[in-house]
Amino acid sequence: MNGIHDMGGMHGMGPIQVREDERPFHAEWEGRAWGLIRAAGPFGPARRRNFRYEHEVLPPAQYLQMQYYERFIKLLVDRLMTAKLLTQAELDSGRADPASPKSQPRVTPAMIAEQATRRRSLRRDDLRIQPGFTVGQDVRARNINPVGHTRLPRYMRGHRGTIVTDHGIFDFQDTDADGYALPARPQHVYTVSFTARELWGETANARDTVHAELWEDYLERA
Amino acid sequence: MANEADTPVGRRKFLSGAAAGTAGIVAASNMGSAEQANQQTREQGQGQAAPSDVALRVKALESILVEKGMVDRATIDAVIETYESKIGPRNGASVVARAWVDEAYRKRLLADGTAAIAELGYGGAQGEHMVVVENTPAVHNLVVCTLCSCYPWPVLGLPPTWYKSAPYRSRAVIDPRGVLREFGVTLAEDVQVRVWDSTAEIRYLVLPERPPGTERMTEEQLAALVTRDAMVGVAKVSASRGAAA
Repeated sequence: MNGIHDMGGMHGMGPIQVREDERPFHAEWEGRAWGLIRAAGPFGPARRRNFRYEHEVLPPAQYLQMQYYERFIKLLVDRLMTAKLLTQAELDSGRADPASPKSQPRVTPAMIAEQATRRRSLRRDDLRIQPGFTVGQDVRARNINPVGHTRLPRYMRGHRGTIVTDHGIFDFQDTDADGYALPARPQHVYTVSFTARELWGETANARDTVHAELWEDYLERA
Repeated sequence: MANEADTPVGRRKFLSGAAAGTAGIVAASNMGSAEQANQQTREQGQGQAAPSDVALRVKALESILVEKGMVDRATIDAVIETYESKIGPRNGASVVARAWVDEAYRKRLLADGTAAIAELGYGGAQGEHMVVVENTPAVHNLVVCTLCSCYPWPVLGLPPTWYKSAPYRSRAVIDPRGVLREFGVTLAEDVQVRVWDSTAEIRYLVLPERPPGTERMTEEQLAALVTRDAMVGVAKVSASRGAAA
């Protein structure tokens, strides 16, 4: 979707807060929030929307205003409420309804280390699909405007680039208009190099490039 | 949320209040600086007696989910411990230092980042497919995720606030040289800037240039020089860590 999250190339967002030490959490609540998100993550509706899409459909003003971990917490709460595992009354009072059913944790402390080191690859090394493009070939990012989740940034659409790497076959991640996964369409993913001038015009440095990894469905012959 | 900090949390709707408060702030201020204002509010809030509104909401949610039996507090502690002491930019720094002292390793790292990083014991979630890009006197690499906040967790840990912020995500692709100047790095016009927008499943690590004057340093000493920012591509490595911001 053409949402506020797709912000590559936008102006007016202000200066970057460059001085920041390497600690992962800068306030206690950030660590608690991240831990809570990981610990309660498996609870929610049986049919899951794409989690990136869940962020993308937040109202733009809210998306910009909320801190990263705050956004995740809001989405966790939304999911739990949708699945009727949490009520507004509980949120208002800060206490669990004594009549609410008791659950068992689905994530235990022992599972954390394993979760962090587990590979969850979307690459489909089990499949053989002929690539539609070859390294060195010129391509154009298609001018498409899907309303669901997509990984083709707006600033690349319609622009011409060159295939520099074929990363193999990956499951396609675009969703339907409601954020639910489409039938699997595994396809090649390529790194495509665009010149800064192709994307941003004559004032860009003539040497500079911008690369992205794009699924084959996003590309057409130049 | 600056304008809600002094409102008693118990009397307001818990999370639904966020939307109303947001609209007020955004209407009255520059949207782009909202995240920065948040950050400043948080920093000012640290060490003060009154916790922020969001801190109270997170604490309440934790209590509710623990009470319901859905969450074990020890699991939250384990997550924090993992990201504070096991997974972070020191992992990436050891990869960089190895590449600086071991030419064969450097070649393997650039040819197959995932496998070479796994040699040092690092890998997993958000680092399944690693590509390492090398800075040279002629090429400077910069990593961003314009659509969200994709970042190579196994080697760099969780992303810093600026990496997730609208100012960085919006500008890194259209004005990388301006972004670099903001971080204190000024590149000559004839240096090529390559920006890597992490749009799919590849995660990037920048192999910075080894600074001059470090020829006698051990691998461990070299690793101590390598900053997180240098491995994202917004800084260079200095022979004295204090000068490399």
